[in-house]
Amino acid sequence: MLNIPCPHCGLRNETEFHYGAEAGVAYPDPNTLTDSEWAKYLHIRANPKGWLAERWVHFAGCGRWFNLWRNTITHEIGPVYLPFTTQPKMPGNTVQEGPGK
Amino acid sequence: MSEIIFSFDDKMYKGQHGEPLAAALLRNGLLSITNSTYHGRPRGVVGLGVEEPNALVQLVSGTQESMLPATVIEVAEGLSARSLTGIGALPDAPDEARYDKTNCYVDTLVIGAGLAGLKAAGEELRAGREVLLIDDQPGPGGHLRHLGAGLPSALQDVLAHQNLTYLSRCTATGLYDQNYVIAIERRSDHLGSAAPANRARIRVWHIRAGQIVLTPGAFQRPLIFANNDRPGIMLSHAAATYVTVNGVRIFRTAVVTTVDNQGYRDALRLHNAGVQVQAIYDARPGAKGSSVDAASAAGIPIRFRAAVLDTASNAEGALHSVTIQDLDTKDAFEITADLLAVSGGWTPIVDLATHIGIKPKWSEEHAAFLVNHFTDKLRTAGMLAGDFGGDDDPSVFFGPALDAEQARYAYIDLQRDATLHDLRRGVGAGLSSIEHIKRYTTIGTAHDQGKTSGMLTIGALCQLGDAGQGGKPGLSPADVGTLSFRPPYVPIPFVALAGRERGELSDPIRITPLHQWHVEAGAVFEDVGQWKRPWYFAKPGESMEDAVRRECIAAREGVAVMDASTLGKIDIQGPDAAVFLDRIYTNMFSTLPEGQCRYGLMCKADGIVFDDGVTTRLGKNHFLMTTTTGGAARVLAWLEEWLQTEWPDLKVYCTSVTEHISTIALVGPKSRQLLSELVTDIDLSKDAFPFMHSRMATIDGIPVRIARISFSGELAFEVNAEWGYARYIWERLWALGRSYDLTAYGTETMHVLRAEKGYIIIGQDTDGTQTPHDLNMSWIVSKKKEFIGKRSFQLPYLKATGRPQLVGLLPEDGDEVIPEGAYITALNARPDEHGKIPHTGFVTSSYYSPALGRAFALALVADGLSRMGEMVDVPIGKKLLSATICDAVFIDKENIRRD
Ligand SMILES: [Zn+2]
Repeated sequence: MLNIPCPHCGLRNETEFHYGAEAGVAYPDPNTLTDSEWAKYLHIRANPKGWLAERWVHFAGCGRWFNLWRNTITHEIGPVYLPFTTQPKMPGNTVQEGPGK
Repeated sequence: MSEIIFSFDDKMYKGQHGEPLAAALLRNGLLSITNSTYHGRPRGVVGLGVEEPNALVQLVSGTQESMLPATVIEVAEGLSARSLTGIGALPDAPDEARYDKTNCYVDTLVIGAGLAGLKAAGEELRAGREVLLIDDQPGPGGHLRHLGAGLPSALQDVLAHQNLTYLSRCTATGLYDQNYVIAIERRSDHLGSAAPANRARIRVWHIRAGQIVLTPGAFQRPLIFANNDRPGIMLSHAAATYVTVNGVRIFRTAVVTTVDNQGYRDALRLHNAGVQVQAIYDARPGAKGSSVDAASAAGIPIRFRAAVLDTASNAEGALHSVTIQDLDTKDAFEITADLLAVSGGWTPIVDLATHIGIKPKWSEEHAAFLVNHFTDKLRTAGMLAGDFGGDDDPSVFFGPALDAEQARYAYIDLQRDATLHDLRRGVGAGLSSIEHIKRYTTIGTAHDQGKTSGMLTIGALCQLGDAGQGGKPGLSPADVGTLSFRPPYVPIPFVALAGRERGELSDPIRITPLHQWHVEAGAVFEDVGQWKRPWYFAKPGESMEDAVRRECIAAREGVAVMDASTLGKIDIQGPDAAVFLDRIYTNMFSTLPEGQCRYGLMCKADGIVFDDGVTTRLGKNHFLMTTTTGGAARVLAWLEEWLQTEWPDLKVYCTSVTEHISTIALVGPKSRQLLSELVTDIDLSKDAFPFMHSRMATIDGIPVRIARISFSGELAFEVNAEWGYARYIWERLWALGRSYDLTAYGTETMHVLRAEKGYIIIGQDTDGTQTPHDLNMSWIVSKKKEFIGKRSFQLPYLKATGRPQLVGLLPEDGDEVIPEGAYITALNARPDEHGKIPHTGFVTSSYYSPALGRAFALALVADGLSRMGEMVDVPIGKKLLSATICDAVFIDKENIRRD
């Protein structure tokens, strides 16, 4: 279970949140899109191995949507940011395997 | 330590308070405790703790827990247990013990209170951190406890530190991302009948730690040889501990077989306790170290390059003699012993580390998989990190070469009765991956999850290849890799996970302000989401069918009343509220005059219908939206998502008011007359108060909002009041309604009435793939404005033919209510080339209609709207019913009755 930093409430358990997939996919003007472009908006979201900027809502808390960087392999959570603010840079890798004894 | 009496298999025995049940059984001479699950062979205690593969028992006392190793049960007053043959039985009575959970946030969590754990805890405390130290044993010290030794004073200081919390009998069962650990603390079983009644038996700890130090220690490994499962064959560390610490005196002559110096240390302990150690057989070509010297000085014969090949039993099935093989000459000889102490090397407990994907690395020097992990969040120490202390110098040896017959009784997983023979068959069948072999042989799938058998499997796999007995030659355990372990590390009772959230507390129960009235009126309830709703109100002697028929007739011919307070209600305010609703609903709301209501349908962006309901315009910038009973939270979240993430420029505020406003639906041709007795300050006539209008009024001074909304097609009034007034208004209606034969009705009647009128219930008459057009509701899709989902109606697959469309269905036999969910096939359909009869749709709602005097149904049928009048088949079991496709509106197509 992830521990997710709500920008309004602080660190809370994942069970209080709902996931909203890739961040930064704005609702397009539907009438300017071809069928396939519209279908892509409806159904296709990035799901990379590694860092992904994604949307979350603190459903059982303040009810607010926000964005955060999360590493889909290590589940590390990077910078958190509000909708309509500048997206912070993708974090670097912070996990290092230390030397053996 | 005090002596107490406990019961095992209905016999009474003496035990020492707090000792492991396994030790007490051994001391009482119970070498053979059970028979193995599949082969029925006698088995006894093998190990010291949770790794025990044999000595499973069921508790008869207390909670009657169905399966626990005797090695982890502490003897206490009142303890009663019985032996098991692999499979426990759940008790008949529910477990009434208390189970708790708690959350814990701490700087550093140290898992394992052995020497390495205590040392790490000391370092963390000196760095100023708060430490939680957990360990599954009854006391701290790890191996020191097995030696019967006390803690050095420096480590006692660590335990006494004010910033340290130490939990004994607390097992970390899972390690998850972001340093999240679940641990199970056993709090009362060890107290036996003296346990306070209010004490939680198990407390589940949800721990989030800044740092974790993993020092879980290691399990001793058995070896693979023929008949290695007899009672009397034990891990050497366990045997020496039971003899020296627990005073087990049942062994006279012992043989020690070893691959490391641990065997020598345990041989010495046995020797010093008076057991005659016949010899130490060491698989290595030689050995050095203080323990080797000490064993030699004690006069214990030592023989190198020798190992156990086979064993023989006495009449009771317990160990009688051991066959030793010279590993070089292959010569064998027999030696008698009643204890065979096996030291096959150490297997550090890698389980928790692998839970989060850390890959253990093979160390030839340690003959073990290790985890050396050092980050600022998680580090390993002790045996897991390769600190074996002492002078172990183990060799990589898992057992001598065995022939086919010997392999049949060379057990790898004692609990599963899985042998070297089974493993060879797996390899012979072409399996090479350890994960495949596990599934083929079932090795590692029993309650102990391979704690002793996992490493043996890997070792045996390597040896098979080298001996030319299948598989690849020259494999090292490094090539094979470890099994991946998944939580939980030890079994967790489901009751512990449930905690106090059982029975009535398992899920919140939502009731309306009229609930008590319904209960008193004898309502039968149904669960709608978390709501308790009256399903029907049966009078004495009435069946459900009778009651629903009576309620339906009252609503269509007289007057009936229903509690509709569970309707989801969202208060929507703000200067842009109307614009917002235009975008959300498929139809227009900005044109709705104040004081009027409109039915609306909303779709997701993919054009699929998502929810519906009536929304009333209370003011210029003020709407009250109703949603389906189960959909309120979902819809509110949907509105918020668009407002927050797409249209922050819209000034709109949404508030859930479901539980602020109660709703009473008064339905039937006589409803206006009855209501006019109670509501005298407004004109209820059809001209003054038209359909789909909303009016403020009072009932005995109570402010109410009355709306002419009908979910049945009948003349109907919805009386909305503040939640707390509902009972008063209902009682007043009920008293006045006596002379009208006012009838209370429940959800079943509501369903019949709405289905007769062709009104859909989203989620029942839809399956998450219908557009408004599929539901024959094109009339509600605005062509003038943009709304969510509109663009999708242009997508080819939503315009294609063959889509399921909502229609009515009349069974030929009017008394036959077709089961909901039934498939529909074309009339006289023949099987296709695959021998299957393709279906053309399914029944979504089906009832008996008293108004129609026959059964009827709603259904989703491929191209159904253009198949009116077509006969179809509905196969039900061996019966084939026939039905006719028809319009989904069965009653009052002209909308006359609602006025
Ligand atoms: Zn929040």
